[in-house]
Amino acid sequence: MPEATVELRGITKGFPGVMANENVDFTAYRGEIHALLGENGAGKSTLMNILAGLYRPDSGDILIEGKKQDFHRPADAISAGIGMIHQHFKLVDNFTVAENVALGHEKTGFLVNKKKMAQDIAAVATANALELDMNAYVWQLSVGEQQRVEILKMLYRNARILVLDEPTAVLTPQESTRLFDTLREMARNGCTIIIITHKLAEVCDVADRVTVMRRGKLSGAAQGEEINYQNLTSMMMNENIKIDANVPRGTPGEDVLCVKDLRVLGVKGTVAVDEISFSLRAGEILGVAGVAGNGQRELTEAICGLRPAEQGTLTFNGRDMTRESVRRRIDEGLAFVPEDRLGTGLVGNMNMADNLLLRTYWSKEAGKGMNIDYSKVNAKVDEAIAEYDIAVGNKKAPVRLMSGGNLQKVVLARELSLEPKAIVAAYPVRGLDIGAMEMIYNLLVSERDRGAGVLMLSEDLDALLKYSDRIMVLYRGRVMGIMDKAEARIGRIGMMMMGTTPEEVAKIEAVSHV
Amino acid sequence: MDLSMITGLMTAMVAAGTPYLLASLGEIVTEKGGILNLGVEGMMLVGAVAGYITAVKSNSLLLAILVGVLAGGLMAAIHAFLCITLKANQVVSGLALTIFGTGLSAFLGKDVVGVVTDTLFHNAPIPGLRSIPVVGEALFNQTPLVYVAILMVPVLWFVLSKTSLGMKIRSAGENPAATDAAGVNVFAVQYGCTIFGGMMAGLAGVFLTLAYNNTWMENISAGQGWIAVALVIFARWNPWKALLGSYLFGLVAILGLRLQAVGISIPTQLFNMLPYLLTLAVMIFGTGKVGGKRSDGAPASLSVPYDREAR
Repeated sequence: MPEATVELRGITKGFPGVMANENVDFTAYRGEIHALLGENGAGKSTLMNILAGLYRPDSGDILIEGKKQDFHRPADAISAGIGMIHQHFKLVDNFTVAENVALGHEKTGFLVNKKKMAQDIAAVATANALELDMNAYVWQLSVGEQQRVEILKMLYRNARILVLDEPTAVLTPQESTRLFDTLREMARNGCTIIIITHKLAEVCDVADRVTVMRRGKLSGAAQGEEINYQNLTSMMMNENIKIDANVPRGTPGEDVLCVKDLRVLGVKGTVAVDEISFSLRAGEILGVAGVAGNGQRELTEAICGLRPAEQGTLTFNGRDMTRESVRRRIDEGLAFVPEDRLGTGLVGNMNMADNLLLRTYWSKEAGKGMNIDYSKVNAKVDEAIAEYDIAVGNKKAPVRLMSGGNLQKVVLARELSLEPKAIVAAYPVRGLDIGAMEMIYNLLVSERDRGAGVLMLSEDLDALLKYSDRIMVLYRGRVMGIMDKAEARIGRIGMMMMGTTPEEVAKIEAVSHV
Repeated sequence: MDLSMITGLMTAMVAAGTPYLLASLGEIVTEKGGILNLGVEGMMLVGAVAGYITAVKSNSLLLAILVGVLAGGLMAAIHAFLCITLKANQVVSGLALTIFGTGLSAFLGKDVVGVVTDTLFHNAPIPGLRSIPVVGEALFNQTPLVYVAILMVPVLWFVLSKTSLGMKIRSAGENPAATDAAGVNVFAVQYGCTIFGGMMAGLAGVFLTLAYNNTWMENISAGQGWIAVALVIFARWNPWKALLGSYLFGLVAILGLRLQAVGISIPTQLFNMLPYLLTLAVMIFGTGKVGGKRSDGAPASLSVPYDREAR
């Protein structure tokens, strides 16, 4: 039996209104890759944040390499050999790679010799095959590179227990493979690797042992042969949600949205969308794949009028909309489900009724003249709650208190109530549990069947393949290719997400006889 | 205008600029650590009165400095507790402390208004250096606190940009979550920076009563603490630029009186406005590209309370 390096016993942690962890036990061993599996909101991240010293448990014990520990701050966990790599990287943008790695480390003396510091850290990076420019600023790096900085940071601190929170969420399939190769090597060298994930496929591929959580509690464990799809699914979910693999295709009609030679600048003033052309037809779902930060955000914002087009045209229902206001676009039948529900989608401190009004307050539906008729609006709220199955404790409470799934349903209730002709849905199921995901996908499919064109961005390639009629791949602000559902394959999309052109993909496939 | 007049003008400029310099150097450190302290004016006043009372009662200059500095630090500790521990709004807390400090100093100082003391700073010329033409007299025939302020510039610049302590301070102001995750005690860093800033404001106050005006009167700082806060933006959080800015603002402050003396009459109110106009001008024209983004160079997390367990 290998040595148990991490033992958590009876961990309980509550947040206002939620019990994030309830009497959870967890054990991980030296030299293994241990997957902590569960839906979003199952309490995985909370548990690992406790292990990393970021949260204090309300009760329970932490044992590291057999010794009982009491972590007051992340520094305590780090000195016990625990390195946590968060989903949102904890890096200082305006610092260089070397500065980020050296920050807070006792090896860094009072006087900082930047040159020597960079050399020392570069040596550790080279020894672990982590390719990085020590003097680059973090804001200049890609997401994959930033993750490497995080890993390097932990290695430089001699971490023996490495915790990664959703490490592949922002990576291409190829980058993920590379990451897992690195992690396997580190496990072989005696590290304990814990990955937090909700991706079953990943777990089946790389994990030596699995702990499953559901609603803040432990719901099962598996190792070796027991790690398979059925086993893990039944541990993750209380009811067996049927996943029907076959979504009937839509019947595309005329173009509703035409984008031609569109160029959009990003926040840093660099070209984020580089002469993109495509068209979205009525009655189809056009899926958009791409690694985060390849122009998706700017593209959706430009279509909806939140970001100016530097060049090119946007035609909606045959009318030029390039310079039109957001309101005109809404009036023409454009709906937007933005990436961040609470930032762009909803006003967190307003209640559901006011949020539902945001796109119609000027119309007759909302009341006469300046007066808002709340009896009408409240009837709409009740309708939406029933139709979209929104779980809401107090209808008058600010919406920010609702869970992610319910927030998204409120956004959809508002956007779909206007029977839009085109829907731009940016990562509509991000952070939702499987039940809410299914419901939202089904809503989009039924909107498509009603005759709307749906532009759907997603980082879940399986879902894209399942629901889209066509798939477009973005890379560095350009369209790498648009495929019909019939020719789309994960490998193909993955290669294109890395910048491989369809022609090169075809060549590679011809050589490898895939 | 002859050379002696220029020297006289520069000497007055350096003396008038020193309270700005002391207070803005402190505020630079506070803000680099991510905490905005708008209470500088109040802390200056409390430091000024505490120092003066101590000088009057004890006749010890050293004790007066100590008490003045500690009084400023104590005020800043309240700010730190409110903003760092209780995560209160930093603007509100700072404004409250300025108002509180103005009132408190008036109350504490009512018995020493007009009281004269001999426990004052005197010029301590530095032999050799003072014979440098033009600037020698201005920079090196001053009270000791002027030298302290000048010395603090390279020291703070060095600490902030060349040491691991400086790295911790800067990163706490840029991204406290990342700093925390890297094992740095963000709370300790921010407490330290805030209290240091208050101590410097207190020292600036001591300079006002015991080295510049040589007396205490109600509201003696007359808005100089606010100018020091504005100066931090003017200087883009750089101690060297704060040195230049402080003396520039010091020049503006004395120019009105000096011009009157030679018979040019410009309303003093116009001159009192100038530092603020300069600051506005800097904010309008002085933003540039930092880190690829258009920004004024402020620490990215300035005035954002850091809550480790925020979800």
